[in-house]
Amino acid sequence: MKKVTFYVIEGKSFAFYGGIIVSVFFILLGLFAAYNMEHHGHIITGMNNQIVWGIPHVFAIFLILAASGVLNVASISSVFRKIFYNPLARLSALLAITLLIGGLSVLVLDLGRPDRLVVAMTSYNFKSIFAWNIILYNGFLLICVVYLWFMMQRSMQRYYPTAGLIAFTWRLILTTGTGSIFGFLVAKEAYQTAIMAPLFIALSLSLGLAIFLLVLLIDYWETHCSLGDGILTRPKKLLGVFIVGVFYFVLVYHLTHLYFTGRHGIEYFVLAGGGVYTVLFWAGYVFLGTILPLLLLYHDRFTNNRISIAVAALLTIVGGISLLYVIIIGGQAYPIDIFPGKEIIDYGAMHSSTMYSYTPSIWEIMLGVSGIAIASFLTVVAVRILPFIPRSLSDTDLDETFKH
Amino acid sequence: MKILMILGKLSLGLLLIMTVSGVSSGEVSMPEIPKAKNNFSAEQSCVEPIDLMRREHGLLLKHYRHDTMRRGIRTSEYSLIACVNCHVTADESGNYPTVHHGSDHFCRSCHTYAAVNIDCFQCHTSKPQESFSSDMEPVQSD
Amino acid sequence: MNVSTQNRRDFLKKSAAITVAPGVLLYSVSPKAHHAEKPVTSETRWGMLIDTNKCVDNCTACLDACVEEHGLTEDVPVEIKPVWIRKVTVRDKQTGRETFLPLMCQHCENPPCVDVCPTGASFKRADGIVLVDRHTCIGCRYCMMACPYKARSFVHEALENQKPHSPRGKGTVESCNFCVYRIDHGMGPACIEACEAEGHEAMIYGDMNDPESEISKKLKEMSSSVLRPDLKLNPGIRYQGL
Repeated sequence: MKKVTFYVIEGKSFAFYGGIIVSVFFILLGLFAAYNMEHHGHIITGMNNQIVWGIPHVFAIFLILAASGVLNVASISSVFRKIFYNPLARLSALLAITLLIGGLSVLVLDLGRPDRLVVAMTSYNFKSIFAWNIILYNGFLLICVVYLWFMMQRSMQRYYPTAGLIAFTWRLILTTGTGSIFGFLVAKEAYQTAIMAPLFIALSLSLGLAIFLLVLLIDYWETHCSLGDGILTRPKKLLGVFIVGVFYFVLVYHLTHLYFTGRHGIEYFVLAGGGVYTVLFWAGYVFLGTILPLLLLYHDRFTNNRISIAVAALLTIVGGISLLYVIIIGGQAYPIDIFPGKEIIDYGAMHSSTMYSYTPSIWEIMLGVSGIAIASFLTVVAVRILPFIPRSLSDTDLDETFKH
Repeated sequence: MKILMILGKLSLGLLLIMTVSGVSSGEVSMPEIPKAKNNFSAEQSCVEPIDLMRREHGLLLKHYRHDTMRRGIRTSEYSLIACVNCHVTADESGNYPTVHHGSDHFCRSCHTYAAVNIDCFQCHTSKPQESFSSDMEPVQSD
Repeated sequence: MNVSTQNRRDFLKKSAAITVAPGVLLYSVSPKAHHAEKPVTSETRWGMLIDTNKCVDNCTACLDACVEEHGLTEDVPVEIKPVWIRKVTVRDKQTGRETFLPLMCQHCENPPCVDVCPTGASFKRADGIVLVDRHTCIGCRYCMMACPYKARSFVHEALENQKPHSPRGKGTVESCNFCVYRIDHGMGPACIEACEAEGHEAMIYGDMNDPESEISKKLKEMSSSVLRPDLKLNPGIRYQGL
């Protein structure tokens, strides 16, 4: 293998300034929304006493999952020793850091008391999976920084595989933790199942890789460097595998629920009678997010086209967000069964309605989108400052023995 | 006299800070802190000596809030309700001041002057109110 | 602290003039009055017994008392209105029998809200009362996700003129606190007082660890149930006739 050289982008292009301006604009919108939510309270959001986590949490968890998943590219190179992925490891670790910061920012800014971040960082209830997640997220950031450092400094490169192994293990624990935020809830029928953890790990792999492919394609469309088909083919196939993996866990999850008589209610709600959640599940997740990208990735007519890879990656993200929306918000919208065997015909303050609807307000959407903007901004700035981008990714530069 | 001296020291310190940070000291006027309704005892005006209260009231409140909240110890001396009931006084027309910025509420006026945030009154009431009171005399057991 | 008892008494007599307590007479009558100067212990476990047969249609005395006691008077849409106690009508799917009952925080022995709270703001006092310490609540709402009784509310807007004994504020989570300050002074929760005053006497409260208490005797004598016994949370609120 030839020696890979990395470079710092010049930062004079239209795309560079455009990227900076657009992301700063959306970050400012997000901060404005957070200020308003802090000033007026959550009354200006669509969240309520039943649906307590809304669209900001969908975006935050999407970003957190993507962050742990995107690191997979680096892991393949350092843990599984596939040298083909070596030149991509830096960008992979960088995206892991920036995406996580984006997701955590949204999560923190949505708190009822974001001014008490210090409390969250200093007083822990160790029985809470949420508290463990705070530690896991902070640890992940730290580990990724060290990982990057070992990658980039020649004298530290002998520790690089060890750092890679720690990062890989940590990210598996981290996503298990994220999934368990829902898996550990006994109150809601849609959750309280151990499959949440592997489902979230699979989802993180597909989302992370989709984002990585998109960033790679955008980068090479903008900088016109060589990008071999070989280096696209492998992750492209892998993306298909991950999409099928997510589908497998979703399938098992629903089959289990369909088998348990007690859970037919929630299954009917998600699969048939849940309105927006049903539409998002079938149209958003199953059709747009699973069938279509698989078709684009594997069908002979599309498979060798870069546009179709980009579209497949984009659709994977759309599908992932739809699935998260169904899990997070749909799971809360379905009424909890306080009186098994009985139906609630009047719920006092709720005027006989136990079903709540949720319509996200513009503030929440602004806050959620700003998480993506924070991640993009940090990424663009970082590649301007440090050499993250390999100069060439043509197949023969990576692997002299490469054959199509 | 003692109060004046302490306030003098305080303002000197503040002046120093402001000079350093480049803020004009002319904009901050001395707060007119309302007088409390009662003296705690013949010898002592507040539940602890005045200078201790000035310096450590935040610490005392924090310490006793833990006792009250977590352990159910409800004594009257250090309860925020008792502070508010005694220190927040009505104007001539019988209205209590708000706790918003610019008010001459007992806590706010001094906190504005010292530029220290107060978080208490987002949740606790800032005005004396008739209510079930936690500063009832505790039940005698001995 | 070097304050003599005499001084404190003087102070209290003076401050009594500004705080007219409605229940002054009651608090020294209760046999299990907790000495408010000493910490609560796990020798006591507070509980309630609700007889649904005595709970009547169209009566909202307990709800009104709760709103009044804790100042839950915000004028906000019903989805975000804080509700510490609600009246629920349930119908048995098989038999069609209808039951009315008040539903509030069940003060579990093993509360899921306490398990999940990242900062430890959700906590259970030694005497079994589940509370939110709003000094450390960051407003993440995970406890609301975890509660199987939907007992908790989030304060969605800034508040003013809260009740002195019941502080509550924007951005934090709250729920029934068993009128904990009344308990500490030997009085019962406001909802129970109101139910008694209406003459329904559908609710009683007491120390479930004390075999001589009224609630313990009744629980031993008659069959009662808890909500979601399958979760094994051992709630402090028990129901009869459900």
